[in-house]
Amino acid sequence: MEQPASQDGACTSTPILEARGIYKQFPGVVALNNVSFQLCPGQVHALAGQNGSGKSTLIKVLTGVYQPDRGTVIFKGQPVSFGSPREAQAAGISTIYQEVNLIPLMSVAENIFLGREPKTKMGTVDSQRMNREAKELLADFDIEVDVRAPLRSLGLGVQQMVAIARAVSIQAEVVIMDEPTSSLEASEVETLFRVIRQLRDKGIGVVFVTHRLEEFYEICDQITVLRDGNVVHSGPLNQLPKLSLIATMLGRELPEGQGEITQFAAHETTAAEPVLVAEGLTRTGVIEDVSFSVRPGEVVGFAGLLGSGRTETAKAVFGAMALDSGTVKISGKEVNVRSPSVAIRNGLAFVPEDRRAEGIIPGLSVRDNIVSAALPYISKGGLVSRRAADEIVKRFVAALDIKVADPDQPIEQLSGGNQQKVLLARWLCLNNLKALILDEPTRGIDVGAKAEVQKLIGELAGQGLGIVMISSELEEVIEGSDQVVVLKDGQVAGVVSGDELTEGNLMRLMAGQSGAEGEPGDGHE
Amino acid sequence: MDTSDALVKRRPFDLSRLSSWTGDNGIYLTLLGLVIFNAIFTNNFATTVTFWNLLVQVAPIILVALGMAMVIGTGGIDISVGSVMAIASAIVPLTLGWGWPVAVICGLLGGVLVGAFNGFFVAVVGMQPIVATLALLVGGRGLAQVMVGAYLQIIYDKPFLALGRARVLEIPFPVIVAAVMAIIMAFVVNRTTLGRYVQSAGANRRAAYLSGHPVRLTLMSVYMISGFLAGLAGVLATARLAASDPAKIGLLMELDAIAAVVVGGMPLSGGRVSVPKTLAGALFVQVITATFIMNNLSPIWAQVLKGIIIVLAVYIQRRGRRA
Repeated sequence: MEQPASQDGACTSTPILEARGIYKQFPGVVALNNVSFQLCPGQVHALAGQNGSGKSTLIKVLTGVYQPDRGTVIFKGQPVSFGSPREAQAAGISTIYQEVNLIPLMSVAENIFLGREPKTKMGTVDSQRMNREAKELLADFDIEVDVRAPLRSLGLGVQQMVAIARAVSIQAEVVIMDEPTSSLEASEVETLFRVIRQLRDKGIGVVFVTHRLEEFYEICDQITVLRDGNVVHSGPLNQLPKLSLIATMLGRELPEGQGEITQFAAHETTAAEPVLVAEGLTRTGVIEDVSFSVRPGEVVGFAGLLGSGRTETAKAVFGAMALDSGTVKISGKEVNVRSPSVAIRNGLAFVPEDRRAEGIIPGLSVRDNIVSAALPYISKGGLVSRRAADEIVKRFVAALDIKVADPDQPIEQLSGGNQQKVLLARWLCLNNLKALILDEPTRGIDVGAKAEVQKLIGELAGQGLGIVMISSELEEVIEGSDQVVVLKDGQVAGVVSGDELTEGNLMRLMAGQSGAEGEPGDGHE
Repeated sequence: MDTSDALVKRRPFDLSRLSSWTGDNGIYLTLLGLVIFNAIFTNNFATTVTFWNLLVQVAPIILVALGMAMVIGTGGIDISVGSVMAIASAIVPLTLGWGWPVAVICGLLGGVLVGAFNGFFVAVVGMQPIVATLALLVGGRGLAQVMVGAYLQIIYDKPFLALGRARVLEIPFPVIVAAVMAIIMAFVVNRTTLGRYVQSAGANRRAAYLSGHPVRLTLMSVYMISGFLAGLAGVLATARLAASDPAKIGLLMELDAIAAVVVGGMPLSGGRVSVPKTLAGALFVQVITATFIMNNLSPIWAQVLKGIIIVLAVYIQRRGRRA
């Protein structure tokens, strides 16, 4: 088969979709900085990067959701400026999202032909022809379903295929798939890949985004890696071994050491009994048999790529995600954490990754945000004690140096760093606090606040709290943790501590290698 | 040059500048304006009789709107309140034989029970509030009519009727009840854990849950409070009317109550509850109705105008908040 791109990444024919020097700024952040990207016909192009690297923004610029501040999008050799995803789709660029964007109650055929139904002479919808054509179309992809059944009666994977069939049937020349596999089962992923290969063979360009790196190596030819809004690598995928890919995504040096990773139990930082023990946490399709323990005064880091199950593990321990099996022990006592309030009563606290969606309570004052979790302790008979609330607020505004003009100020007026401190204060004011789970505690806050929060985490451990710290920044987990649990695909890939706690070892575990023999094109068929 | 052009262009009809100084307190100014307008242009408006009449008529709206404000504060809505009034009203003649206190208590319990029903479907089953309460909006009034029969039932019990007609120091009893309830609710909102739970559940339910708030219990409570207050309004309306008339009592009350909350400046998405603003909103709704009636405006046009004024009032506040 003719290769769509030469070894240096340039297309052998005109690129079907191209971005040149795209610059896109949002208030306070440059999302894309001079990004260029080329998609050749018949190419499956991987788009890789951490959270916040600019992947989504680039896709949105390509599909007309956003207009770039500078730079051009070129489609089939012509500069284009799509005003909306609808225009992009009409031109031949289809996007398939993680969540299926179709209408669950309509039939499969109706969904495929939505907005362009074949008509009879009377001007009504020719359902017979529609059903027949839908069936033929799906047969092309080896999918046999009752096209008259409502879409929602099908499995998620098949729904995804229907979305793709729809995309292709409207003469798409570019199909962008944004994490299409994250809700699919293994067999469904296989079907999806078969379809992608068919698209490739028809000369359609495919952009593929996933957080499962193995999938890149299985299906993609070319890769573009983004980090902090910049293209940091672009080239054929078989020249970029998985370990290098991870190093590129994280912006770290490629590990040099060839040393084996010894997996040993946590060394004794303190002799005290663990304050938090999780054993065999399992939820089908999310996490599997995850165990770890935290002693008083210990910081346990959680490392892993996006989708590795770090956040899910934290939420499971905190009672915010139901488990199929597994036990949680707090201070030696087994606790059935069926809800966050149970976890909190037993001395557990959780600072979520997404401050805006899960942390702050907008419209409420800084005061009410701080005492939010402490309400049961500062009230009698349902009556909140103003004095107790004021005392807490006064103490923690001073202790954490929260910059606030007036505690009655709405929380959303504070900077990210100060909001994060408010969320920390929300938990630190609880007298029975034993362990604190921090999910990306320094994300999205400025450098000064970051240093303060990091310092605080160390101090809190020093005061005897057990701390779990989830972080995407290797430097942070390595420097801040006594031991690090590396998660991969919902499982513990390894636990490292002491001298073994190096960037190289963490990256190797993230890549699923026990040694360092990352072959180029590892996992390629 | 460019910017000044833009400014000039925007000037002709820009409510946002008007509202930027009214800010968050737009409802009080709007209400004041409406009252001043009436005092000048509407005959017999600025009289004691009108004053007390207005307050007596607004009392049930205030009661129902207080409960509605709590429900809306959690991001929900309770459209069954009018039917709850009818149910409470229907319970009165059925239980009056045991004495008026029993009748009142049973009427209130009826309201709480319906509220618990609503709360169960919203908090435990997870139904959308509008759907859950729609069932009782439709079915509740039917049930009330089944309970007392097709005709309205005249009530002769003197002590019970006094609840609607008596005056204490010149103040009509329903007005006193509404005022007391307003004070209690203001206290609940500002001083109790429930008040924080309600506003947190509306502002960011996920964060509230992760802070350990009893979110389900909170939802359950607000619908029960709403049911209680609607029941109270139904009992008082029955006493004032001297009859139980489930076909009429509380009809379309849900709309006045929602309008009062919205005009008061509370977002339907929840997260904010203000008792003073709810009071002002309820007064606003009632004064508009009175304005039209006293100026002999056709009721049909009155409805249209009422709609327009409500949209306008909300628009001004929305702009104000953004500015």
